Amino acid sequence: MLRRLHSEQPDSFAFTPANQAWAEAQITKYPEGRQASAVIPLLWRAQEQEGWVTKPAIEAVADMLGMAYIRVLEVASFYFMFQLQPTGSVANIQICGTTSCMICGAEDLVAVCKEKIAEKPHTLSADGKFTWEEVECLGACTNAPMAQIGKDYYEDLTVESFTRLLDDLAAGKVVAPGPQNGRYAAEPKSGLTSLTEFDSGKTQYNASAQLAMDIKDGVKRIQGDEVPLLTPWVGKDGVVAGRAAEGQPPKAPEAPKPAVKQAEEAAKAAPKKSAAAEPASPEGAAAKPEDAAGEETKPLVLKEALGGLPDDLKLLKGVGPKLEEKLNSLGFFHFEQIADWTEAEVAWVDARLKFKGRITRDGWIEQAKRLQVGDETEFAKRAKAEGIYKDDE
Amino acid sequence: MLKDQDRIFTNLYGMHDRNLAGAKARGHWDGTAGIIEKGRDWIIQTMKDSGLRGRGGAGFPTGLKWSFMPKESDGRPAYLVINADESEPGTCKDREIMRHDPHTLIEGALIASFAMNAHTCYIYLRGEYIREREALQAAIDECYDKGLLGKNAAGSGWDFDVFLHHGAGAYICGEETALIESLEGKKGMPRMKPPFPAGAGLYGCPTTVNNVESIAVVPTILRRGADWFASFGRQNNAGTKLFAISGHVNNPCVVEEAMSIGFEELIEKHCGGIRGGWDNLLAVIPGGSSVPCVRGENMRDAIMDFDYLRGELGSGLGTAAVIVMDKQTDIIKAIWRLSKFYKHESCGQCTPCREGTGWMMRVMDRLVKGEAELEEIDMLWDVTKQVEGHTICALGDAAAWPIQGLIKNFREEIEDRIRAQKTGRMGAMAAE
Repeated sequence: MLRRLHSEQPDSFAFTPANQAWAEAQITKYPEGRQASAVIPLLWRAQEQEGWVTKPAIEAVADMLGMAYIRVLEVASFYFMFQLQPTGSVANIQICGTTSCMICGAEDLVAVCKEKIAEKPHTLSADGKFTWEEVECLGACTNAPMAQIGKDYYEDLTVESFTRLLDDLAAGKVVAPGPQNGRYAAEPKSGLTSLTEFDSGKTQYNASAQLAMDIKDGVKRIQGDEVPLLTPWVGKDGVVAGRAAEGQPPKAPEAPKPAVKQAEEAAKAAPKKSAAAEPASPEGAAAKPEDAAGEETKPLVLKEALGGLPDDLKLLKGVGPKLEEKLNSLGFFHFEQIADWTEAEVAWVDARLKFKGRITRDGWIEQAKRLQVGDETEFAKRAKAEGIYKDDE
Repeated sequence: MLKDQDRIFTNLYGMHDRNLAGAKARGHWDGTAGIIEKGRDWIIQTMKDSGLRGRGGAGFPTGLKWSFMPKESDGRPAYLVINADESEPGTCKDREIMRHDPHTLIEGALIASFAMNAHTCYIYLRGEYIREREALQAAIDECYDKGLLGKNAAGSGWDFDVFLHHGAGAYICGEETALIESLEGKKGMPRMKPPFPAGAGLYGCPTTVNNVESIAVVPTILRRGADWFASFGRQNNAGTKLFAISGHVNNPCVVEEAMSIGFEELIEKHCGGIRGGWDNLLAVIPGGSSVPCVRGENMRDAIMDFDYLRGELGSGLGTAAVIVMDKQTDIIKAIWRLSKFYKHESCGQCTPCREGTGWMMRVMDRLVKGEAELEEIDMLWDVTKQVEGHTICALGDAAAWPIQGLIKNFREEIEDRIRAQKTGRMGAMAAE
């Protein structure tokens, strides 16, 4: 099944403060350097907060865990519990359709969804309150047919009880989850056939339904402050006892950084000018900043050189007479201008030059910074002395 | 029938106190430190003697599995990972343990981890079990609070942590190496073996992956003795077992019974019989979706254990998830739905499975409608044989077996439907 990011994405994502604290607490479950393990719980929490997994959420989770965006996208698209498109504002109805439920009437429940919500799965109902889908076995087979709505299982359904359930949810009523036919949990409906000797009467709800009824709203989106955050595994001394008692697992192989991060760091750090430090293939090198050029900003440009005295841009390694002409025509005459380029501005210039990636590769900004204060670069010295561009043309 | 005193999961339906005090009153967490004091070798030997076979489907002896873990640490930690990714169609037994009798599992985790030299246990729970996760986490929190977990867990001198982790709806993560991959934060794609997890598993460290039920029965076995556990069931099929019966019985339920119980007894005692009576029984899938179905008439006298179902009926006990189908069921469609399930859940790593599951489902599609040629039945059989055994993990096999079971047991039904479609007349079988 093809699972892609939705065509329309929100601009940003941020965990609520309580969910952020929760997420950070989850990471303490895993050994140092293995925080990527928390990716599924964090994505799930993001979905619980927003209703679906958005692209900004994927990126936020990746940043939190130091993972490449593609690795988190892989996870989000691999696991079917992650909704990659908007879901109903009240709930996404998940009907279990696998054999046990099918032979007990799941197809009738799907028919109800088609009639009351939308003809096709993953499609918003007219009022925007619901979406539905058929999912694979949810693991409540003795209570077939059943559906998961929000965090809860509604079991032993019939067409009538399911229709009523949808109406109640749409009206904002709280319906007790669990078996809808008077059963308690997974015992025989006609009465206990075992464990009768331990009979002590029963509490009102089984464990799952009890938890839902304690909060009184199973379809509510999680803000994180519903229940207190507990991390009992972190002892009072701040030590995870079991982990302290054992050795360290081998280090995880270093995760590749997202392309955007690589470009950022390349722009910050002084790029080395020696040939050995350059990436082996020019295409590969050129491709990186290009990929990274998510956004462009127009840098400061001038109509003409200040005081009619342009700097000799050819003193920059990588800039010949033609490129100098081109830069002049774009409005660049001085080292100061180039030295001030930001990453987004580099992207703007890059897009207008024929040699994409050269700015970063040859370290123009770094060179310009030195030249603007009158510092000579090795190349500039050589260029002046030998006049290497004199008979180029 | 198993007596209540001999049942391990005494709060299976959650009707009694689900908290720690309730669990203690029912005999759990009793003398845990004393058991650990008896030492690693004693625990593993007792588990071997009890004859417990893994409850996750494959039936591998649990004690033996534990003995594969390195005796001395080479500096790397060791891990116990509990497989609570219960998603085999028909199976819903671990859910009852985790939400209603969670302390059996937590105590078992402590003892089993000690036996394997592990200070850390991860429980990998399927993502959809959100309430079960909350219930289990509440129980874990309570154990930490009372000193049963953490530093010097339960006064045993062993520092021990239990972390609850969850997936997000992928059946493949029930395969142990896919589960480990998923726990490391990756796509759940199975690893090649060797290396086996006991050598290099989670984070490259020695790891044992056990099913929830296998771990949850451990404390009771150690308290009551290997002989007690081995006294139930036939030779080589020892113990008590949770059966989950779904489908066309009058009262579907999850129930703990002795191994090797007769199918008829199981259904009559606990499920109120077959819907429409025994003559209305068409087929049974005795061990979860991955095992071949069995014709109803062969099931009535069947003995519910590993060896009988495999040896005599060519099926398997699997997870003891019994799906019962009466004569009103369209058996071809029921198996088609399983093909659809496996197509959906194939991780896409191995070509025979990725392509084969889709191919098999599409042929099944047409068999359901009867829009096929008779030769295609044999062709489908051939394809199942080409998928089976040619993949990294057992999902390929699991996708092939239900179809093989269908062709073996209900070939005439398939042929009848194809003929009926061709001639436009109602098939002889459908007219019955």
